[in-house]
Amino acid sequence: MTTLAQGVEGGNALLNISIFGLFVIVTMVVVFRASRNTKTASDYYAAGRSFSGPQNGTAIAGDYLSAASFLGIAGAIAVYGYDGFLYSIGFLVAWLVALLLVAELLRNTGKFTMGDVLAFRMRQTPVRAAAATSTLAVSFFYLLAQMAGAGGLVSLLLGIEADAGQAVVIAVVGVVMIIYVLVGGMKGTTWVQIIKAALLIAGAFAMTVWVLGRYGLNLSELLGAASERAGGNDALLNPGERYGVSGTSQLDFLSLGIALVLGTAGLPHVLMRFYTVPTAKEARRSVVWAIVLIGLFYLFTLVLGYGAAAIVGSDTISNAPGGENSAAPLLAQALGGPVLLGFIAAVAFATILAVVAGLTITASASFAHDVYANVIKKGKVDSKNTEVRVARITACVIGAVAIIGGILAKDQNVAFLVALAFAVAASANLPTILYSLFWKRFNTSGALWSIYGGLTVTVVLIIFSPAVSGTEKSMFTGVDFHWFPLQNPGLVSIPVSFFLGWLGTVLSKEHLEDKHKEMEVRALTGAGAEKATSH
Amino acid sequence: MSTTEPSTHPPGPETWAEVHASAEFQQLRKRLRNFVFPMTVLFLAWYLLYVVLADYAHGFMSTKVVGNINIGLIFGLLQFVSTFVITWLYVRYANRKLDPIADKIREDIEGDAQ
Repeated sequence: MTTLAQGVEGGNALLNISIFGLFVIVTMVVVFRASRNTKTASDYYAAGRSFSGPQNGTAIAGDYLSAASFLGIAGAIAVYGYDGFLYSIGFLVAWLVALLLVAELLRNTGKFTMGDVLAFRMRQTPVRAAAATSTLAVSFFYLLAQMAGAGGLVSLLLGIEADAGQAVVIAVVGVVMIIYVLVGGMKGTTWVQIIKAALLIAGAFAMTVWVLGRYGLNLSELLGAASERAGGNDALLNPGERYGVSGTSQLDFLSLGIALVLGTAGLPHVLMRFYTVPTAKEARRSVVWAIVLIGLFYLFTLVLGYGAAAIVGSDTISNAPGGENSAAPLLAQALGGPVLLGFIAAVAFATILAVVAGLTITASASFAHDVYANVIKKGKVDSKNTEVRVARITACVIGAVAIIGGILAKDQNVAFLVALAFAVAASANLPTILYSLFWKRFNTSGALWSIYGGLTVTVVLIIFSPAVSGTEKSMFTGVDFHWFPLQNPGLVSIPVSFFLGWLGTVLSKEHLEDKHKEMEVRALTGAGAEKATSH
Repeated sequence: MSTTEPSTHPPGPETWAEVHASAEFQQLRKRLRNFVFPMTVLFLAWYLLYVVLADYAHGFMSTKVVGNINIGLIFGLLQFVSTFVITWLYVRYANRKLDPIADKIREDIEGDAQ
């Protein structure tokens, strides 16, 4: 057992695994119970549209508060102080875009995917193919981020340093996730997310109270202690520790800020959650619940990040296996010993599991519903069961990709990888969705230009950014082919994508204004919207 | 069959255009846009102000107000407050000003269709 316990000193790998195993058993029971009613495509993709606003809001929080939020942000605050706080603010404020502009209108005009909304008035085949492409791209980046987190966690929490051992654990996580998705469909996945959100928020809340309790429930004192431990010059409390180094890094901060706030409402797995409720009004309630839960959680991470800096110390965190991502687990251990560490470790694994399941069901739905049923079969699928079968097969393929990606993408900062997914979502998806809902002149050509253009610009800028090559922290060290100065492409790619959507539209002679009138009436009133399934 | 496909036929295209042109719908559309567009501009501007200050006005943001709590932290926490407040305002507005009209128009359309 000694080899197993090396991850975190004093951590008990067996205990960590047992608590996580308990979570898996409980959720499996729930998923199998939920699967009894999963029969149609609407059941599989959208849980029969039968969740209530509060349930869906909690599931959204579960889907959204990924390992990046929990481990990445707490870690960034612990190591870089104030600059880590920006992530939480961007991730939260972003929900207003979803609340005000997207959630309800999307719920009223689509069935399962983003492609549905575009296909409402545009030429089905090309826009569905485009929507599926960007959905798969965003899901891929996001999956990579989650699985990178899983890889880091394995070495941190289970003390498994050998590559083969880590690969086995990641594979097990991936297989459990595939079972959730295959058996439970959207309903099972949603319940996993609800359970996980409750555990995560409760755990973060308990630790927050614990940390604050040590400093007389006084935030100022906690900040003082964190700053003291970091060298006493207030660097941790003031902005600029990470992004204030040079003019370029300041621009990077701006770019990141924009990508974060505009990305959320373009994330396919978030969009798909709006279809699991019966009405637009419930979609609105979902977002309200999500905003409250997510907002509270980010306030907790602020305390946890500074708590980790004060109690564990930034240097210890940076040097721990898993680096920044280890701040929250190390803090848990310092506070409550192996039992709390075990709980937090299990929650972190559960988080990855639930988010990856949500991404997988979204990506598989997009492939089966948009590409297979509507592009390949031209809407003439023999039975709905065939479409669901294709979705299940796709889920297995994506699960395999996630496992391989997780094994390869260890040691990347998960918050950073998620920020890239946000940049793609904000560039390729958001302009297209907003134009589609609010601009009557928008047409097929505009949609294709903004999706493919936005996606291409974003991916090209990422490939030639210092995030991929040219610096010590790059994905590839030792080679340098970067010419774009910023880590995050949002500052350039988002305006370019909006511009391309406009340009593509006005260059095309296609006019769809009549169809837009129908879409707008449906979007605003909910007339003819998909109803809940009654079992 | 428990899934409902959306009915595209009743009401036909003319009816959709008619509904769209009706005074009721135009009022609904105007009310929605009059709220969400200015509010979006407002919260994005407020957020960008925060990002730019945190990015470029280090001295100002580092000014201590109470104990170790500086302007930057207060600014950041105010973003949480404004997000909660805007959410609350929108829900109140939607419940009072949007839902009643939207429900009525929907009932009219779906009533005709049956």
